[in-house]
Amino acid sequence: MLRVENLVTAYGKIKALRGVTLEAREGEVTCLLGPNGAGKTTTMFSIAGILRPTSGDITLDGESLRGLGAARVVGKGVALVPENRLVFPQMTVSDNLHAGAFSRRDDRKRQRDMEKIYQRFPVLRERSRQPAGTLSGGEQQMLAIARALMARPRILLMDEPSIGLAPIIVAEIFRIIAEINREGVSILLVEQNARMALKFAHRLYLIQQGEITFSGTPDELGQDEVIQRSYLGG
Amino acid sequence: MEFYFGLAQIIGIHVILGLSAYVLMLTGQLSLAQAGFFAIGAYSAGILTVLFQFHIVPALIIASLVAGLFAFLIGFPALRVRGLMLVVATIAFSEVVRLFFFNLSWRKTIDGIEAGPDSTNGFREIRFFAANGWEPYQVTLFVWLFVALVMFLIWWSDRARSGAVLRAVGEDELAAHSVGINITAVKVAAMTAGGMIAGIGGALYAHTATYVDHLTFTILLGTFAIAYPILGGLRSVFGTLLAVVLIQGVLVEGLRALGDWRNILFGVIIILTMNLKPGGLFDTQTVQALRKGLAFRDKGAPNA
Repeated sequence: MLRVENLVTAYGKIKALRGVTLEAREGEVTCLLGPNGAGKTTTMFSIAGILRPTSGDITLDGESLRGLGAARVVGKGVALVPENRLVFPQMTVSDNLHAGAFSRRDDRKRQRDMEKIYQRFPVLRERSRQPAGTLSGGEQQMLAIARALMARPRILLMDEPSIGLAPIIVAEIFRIIAEINREGVSILLVEQNARMALKFAHRLYLIQQGEITFSGTPDELGQDEVIQRSYLGG
Repeated sequence: MEFYFGLAQIIGIHVILGLSAYVLMLTGQLSLAQAGFFAIGAYSAGILTVLFQFHIVPALIIASLVAGLFAFLIGFPALRVRGLMLVVATIAFSEVVRLFFFNLSWRKTIDGIEAGPDSTNGFREIRFFAANGWEPYQVTLFVWLFVALVMFLIWWSDRARSGAVLRAVGEDELAAHSVGINITAVKVAAMTAGGMIAGIGGALYAHTATYVDHLTFTILLGTFAIAYPILGGLRSVFGTLLAVVLIQGVLVEGLRALGDWRNILFGVIIILTMNLKPGGLFDTQTVQALRKGLAFRDKGAPNA
């Protein structure tokens, strides 16, 4: 469904991505795994239209997303949950959710989607009038996910949803991700938390220094000795 | 009475100036270019009514559009930088504008009198109101009509999607980007709107003062423009109104006896506000306290 082909993205002269190719299939959870500075976030920003790639292509069902800009990429059904759960801290939870639907014009359906979101995340309903900055880390992550869902994405890009959260909250967040996926939203996930990624992903890519160095299923990755040692501490 | 009308006009014009910065500050940008847009509005409207004998209303609209056009044009390069660098860039712009008018000489003989901008001597003869027999109260009403219009437009758009978009950009650019907001478009739009508003303020200023020169539009004016929303807070346009009344009404006029000591007080108030009420005087707390006070009175009324 989402294909990234030979993507090169540079910050000035420094190439952060040196020809990344990957595919997120319809209905699957695809995970991009890699150490700090490997280019995971750059890949996500390039797909979401926040950064402009130097060369290569990004296509959604054959239609190119490259150079469309963030606003139109969201409109095509690709929503990003940025790293570090960037919510709008002074806006209320409810306004944050409305912000997620900025790219949409169908006001009536929006109300229905809000209701669905509140059913999925009851804690957000409880806190709907509260400034988002007063939520706990886990709640903010839920809000960031919920906000992205308000755009009615076909594919959700999630940048390190587990970062800085307690293990029990991480488990809860991944349970939610799996649930969203079961309801038909494809997911492209960036993680450093290899154990969680192996448990939930259908397909994995390993990125190192701006290049994909491995792709396969979690089983195949689990068998690779080098990866075992460097990522799973085994 | 004349004095109070004059004061009301000054307050009204400064509210407009403050709101022009307010719009931009919602998107998280601090601009000192408002003095420049204000100057463009003042000179454009003055030139139109004096040299081309326009009526004040079309002159004001055109002046606003001219200032808006300049804001739009400098919006693209200026908004590539942010924070302190944006402040420096916008100061530079304001100074370029000021020095342009410092040098501008465009004299024409109108009804037997030579009139128009006269470089260092300033631009006198902007006498539309007096020449057309407007009474001070009419001029004051005219000014406040625009104050009300600008306040209403900002208040109204703040309740709609557009206000939320501005605030989203101001709160977190990356988050705004990821919900699909075109950051550049939003910032340039805010800059343009701010320029148009400042242009209206300048046009009104030129005609109430009847005289402008480049010294009116120094950095100090730009500082006032951003001081009002900082003092009043970004929660509501009424914060800016409150701040202007406080500074222009109470501090500048009310305490005139203190002479130049007032300037120190001005600085002290800004510092105290930033430390004690960082959200501005008219922040969420104040609004809640006011609401409570009103609710209390409503409840108390039937018994009394």
